[in-house]
Amino acid sequence: MIPAPFEYRRAGSVDEAVALLAEDPDERKLLAGGHSLLPLMKLRLATPTVLVDVGRLAELSYVREDGDHVAIGALTRHCDLEAAPVAREHAPLLSHVAGQVGDPQVRHRGTIGGSVAHGDPASDLPAAVLALGGSFVVQGPQGHRELAAEDFFQGFLETAMAPDEMLTEIRVPKSGGGWAFQKFNRRAQDWAIVGVAASVNGSSRVALVNMGPTPLRARAVEAALAAGASAEEAASRAAEGLEPPADVQASAEYRAHLARVLVRRALEEATARRG
Amino acid sequence: MQTLFGFPVARLEDDPLLRGVAKYVADLERPGTTHVVFVRSHIAHGRLAGIDVSEALEMPGVVGVFTGADLGLPGIGEFPPLPPGSRAEIFRPCLTTDRVRHVGEAVAAVVAETYAQAVDAAELVVADIEDEPAVVDPLAALEPDAPVLFPELGSNVVREAHLGGDADPLAGADVVVRGRFVNQRLAAVPLEPNGTLAYPDEDGRLVCWVSSQSPFQVLGAVCRALGRDRDRVRVVVPAVGGGFGAKGGVYPEQVIVAALADRLGRPVRHIETRSENLLAMSQGRGAVQDVELGARRDGTLVGMRARMVTEFGAYPWRGAIAFATSRLMANGVYRIPNMELTALGVVTNTPPVGPYRGAGRPEAAAMLERAMDLLAGELEMDPVELRRRNLLRPEDFPYVTPTGASYDSGDYLGALEELVKEAGYDGLRAEQAARRAAGDRVQLGIGVSTFVEVSGTGSEYGSVRIAPDGHVVCVTGASPHGQGHVTTFSQVLADALQVPLDRIEVVHSDTAVVPRGTGTFGSRSGQLGGSAALVAGQAVVERARQLAADALEAAEEDVVLAEGQFAVAGVPSRSLSWADVARHAETDAGRTVLGDDGLFAEEDFDQADGTYPFGAHLAVVEVDTETGRVELRRIVAVDDCGRILNPIIVAGQVHGGLLQGIAQALFEEVSFDELGNPRAPTLIEYGAPTAAEVPSYELGHTVTPTPRNPLGMKGVGEAGTVGATPAIQNAVLDALAPYGVTHVDLPLGPMKVWQALRDAGVPGAAP
Ligand SMILES: Cc1cc2nc3c(=O)[nH]c(=O)nc-3n(C[C@H](O)[C@H](O)[C@H](O)COP(=O)(O)OP(=O)(O)OC[C@H]3O[C@@H](n4cnc5c(N)ncnc54)[C@H](O)[C@@H]3O)c2cc1C
Repeated sequence: MIPAPFEYRRAGSVDEAVALLAEDPDERKLLAGGHSLLPLMKLRLATPTVLVDVGRLAELSYVREDGDHVAIGALTRHCDLEAAPVAREHAPLLSHVAGQVGDPQVRHRGTIGGSVAHGDPASDLPAAVLALGGSFVVQGPQGHRELAAEDFFQGFLETAMAPDEMLTEIRVPKSGGGWAFQKFNRRAQDWAIVGVAASVNGSSRVALVNMGPTPLRARAVEAALAAGASAEEAASRAAEGLEPPADVQASAEYRAHLARVLVRRALEEATARRG
Repeated sequence: MQTLFGFPVARLEDDPLLRGVAKYVADLERPGTTHVVFVRSHIAHGRLAGIDVSEALEMPGVVGVFTGADLGLPGIGEFPPLPPGSRAEIFRPCLTTDRVRHVGEAVAAVVAETYAQAVDAAELVVADIEDEPAVVDPLAALEPDAPVLFPELGSNVVREAHLGGDADPLAGADVVVRGRFVNQRLAAVPLEPNGTLAYPDEDGRLVCWVSSQSPFQVLGAVCRALGRDRDRVRVVVPAVGGGFGAKGGVYPEQVIVAALADRLGRPVRHIETRSENLLAMSQGRGAVQDVELGARRDGTLVGMRARMVTEFGAYPWRGAIAFATSRLMANGVYRIPNMELTALGVVTNTPPVGPYRGAGRPEAAAMLERAMDLLAGELEMDPVELRRRNLLRPEDFPYVTPTGASYDSGDYLGALEELVKEAGYDGLRAEQAARRAAGDRVQLGIGVSTFVEVSGTGSEYGSVRIAPDGHVVCVTGASPHGQGHVTTFSQVLADALQVPLDRIEVVHSDTAVVPRGTGTFGSRSGQLGGSAALVAGQAVVERARQLAADALEAAEEDVVLAEGQFAVAGVPSRSLSWADVARHAETDAGRTVLGDDGLFAEEDFDQADGTYPFGAHLAVVEVDTETGRVELRRIVAVDDCGRILNPIIVAGQVHGGLLQGIAQALFEEVSFDELGNPRAPTLIEYGAPTAAEVPSYELGHTVTPTPRNPLGMKGVGEAGTVGATPAIQNAVLDALAPYGVTHVDLPLGPMKVWQALRDAGVPGAAP
């Protein structure tokens, strides 16, 4: 349908965006690609009074090397992340996952910052950042701070960011190890019913899509691997301690089963890729 | 002269569609247009105690807020009509006044200057609905203690038909297989939802632009509702973005928009949103079938007993179309000596059901084809071989089935053997055996269906006139919305009149120009509209010969039409073109010969018994035994639609049908929670497949002409939905057969397949 009435402001810089947001943080929303926010507004589930459009902030659209990290501007669109040579070389998991989001239209509008800030447990990119042990740089009226990805996702569509903060950069360590992303969906363009991002590099990190209220790490799997378990043994613990959602596509029980199968496949694939 | 029959003429109507300049209802501009938003019930069943519109009326831009009581419109009756002497007809209200019977039922119409204003105001209309227990499941609706939607009927059964009697149809069978199959409900999901724009023109005539398959049905309903004569209403259909049966008939919204335009004296427009469309557009399928099929040890069928329960949704309306057709087609392609059949149509607190591509035929075919595969499994016989032994043979036609279908012509075995050859059936079975032996995690399944369907019942109007410049104007009662009638009817007339395609104009879908018509649905238009055009065209040729004979001062029987010229046989130097003849028709001499009608003829081509297209489809699937995921690897479709007028058009129709057949097999389902709320309120949940989910289609044909029309053609618009779904379902169950799984209901999504594997104790699927 059509959204409730709102005012539209376009920010010309990060500072301006943060200032506009600060005027009434609880009633205002940043608009990036709009592909998560606008559907909610059209259903009138979100009714911000002012939209602050940051979609055209070219200063925040980049993928570059920064020492032993790859730094990605929050307004980088999924298609640009997928294509960026720096990402392909130093963060191949992230680049690959960006290419698995939705369909081409979605990938040409949606941004990594919007995907992370929205904190949807069904999103693909947050899981990839978790598996890579990345972090997020946010800017507020008081300046910058950097938050580890594993501390960032706090509840359903809830993050550690304050309403007056803006996400500006996503950082992941350069990775030379094995990686895999297993996305189980019915149609090529669909969200994951369950997804698994894995990175195997000395220690292993495994993150899950759509297995709880937030994007999350499969801690039991990681612990088992650290203790020397085989991929198969570790994978059998994929749903331990989790309360996956149930919907028309999948019951909680089916999601738990899929998580076990997909974690095993992801670990096998990542290990094979590592060589 | 070369014939265009059978030639792959590229579609003549595509240019504006492909360039995006074709106009749909939502593209039509009319100064001063107001916009309607319907307020719809969130409650499935209850008494409508009152509607408070006061706040909405205060909103900016609001022109009016109307309830059922304000408009006082008559409801829409049942189609097909009730058998004479049965119960009183039940009408579907054009805005309900006393009760709501499904989530999404309209209770008020808000009219505002802009669409956004109408949306805002509609949020403030408060419908006071006293919640009552709802019945959602069709079998639950049959229980004695179920809530009854229409107390005057005493139960939720709105249609009923019985066949057979005292004798046990399974007597003498060595083997009997039984099953309960759910043929799930589907949404039609045309790219363009329903839409109506209505306004009074300068002469006070009410003009209604609708996205429809049957403008004359809308015309009739609007005239009845508003008490207007037929010439005081004009219904026009612009470009239509798909209908699939769901845009046949008449919708309450269309009548209401017309009534509002009449009352307000202004243009009024309603365009459905997608979510609204998923509740307001008629839904298709929806049947629960209990079937028992008996055979002798050698596979020869002995008899069948079946009960088919068909969902109608909240109002009878158009539910009886699929009800009647699934019953009619329950015999399929086989010789079934004994049959006992109970067909029940039930109402539930869900959106109304209507015909959807296939409309009863897919339901019947799915029931039979699953039962046949169960039987093959029980007999340990190859499913193709079982079918070979039971198919009706060419010498059996014409054949009247126990259900009363009058099959025209067929060579079912021919289609099956063609399929076996094209698909490389034996090679597929060998690959399957190897993968089974190797214990592959991903197993191969091969499924076959053989089917017959019904097409082209009833009549269609067509006329042909030669314009003074010699060009041909064909007026048809068919109402194309993607099928390519302009191309195919032009081909028919180019042959009949010996004129080039670009000299032919096909006029349709405007009740001010077309005198009458039935519309486009039920795979009818090529054969009925095409035959009407042909017969009218041939009559015009006869009239032209008379005229030419007069002009050439020759005897009529000596005048021939050859190479597009009328000439005296043996004297080619003296010849007349169509333009010459058309000019002569306008002269006094010409009028003396032909009267005022001139070079004009019309025809209502009638085919009461319809024609019966058939075919054989094969699907190859891979099933991941750990996750339950099904990948469709191949779909091979051998269809027989009689003579093929245009192979491109036929392939396009088969492709579209196959995609929707695949959708039913693997992806789509309309379902409701126990309160009657839709579980798939948007396309995200509904999950219609796209090009990315399907393989390239492999098509084959056999050609068995029908004797029932002069073109020898049968319909082909729905065949894909009839054959593909059971072929795929059979393929998935074929893959699961080694694990002892014998049934999984449609759609075969990964969770359901996984549950079956898990319950069967397959190692990778177990927790
Ligand atoms: C049809 C469809 C299919 C999709 N499929 C997938 C899929 O398969 N996988 C997947 O992961 N995603 C999918 N998405 C979501 C898509 O990736 C979104 O674009 C993304 O999740 C949000 O990014 P955005 O730039 O569109 O954010 P927006 O919608 O603009 O914003 C989302 C939220 O984040 C806030 N926000 C945005 N940017 C910032 C910032 N820099 N700092 C602070 N807050 C910010 C906004 O205020 C808003 O609350 C799909 C979306 C659609 C419409």
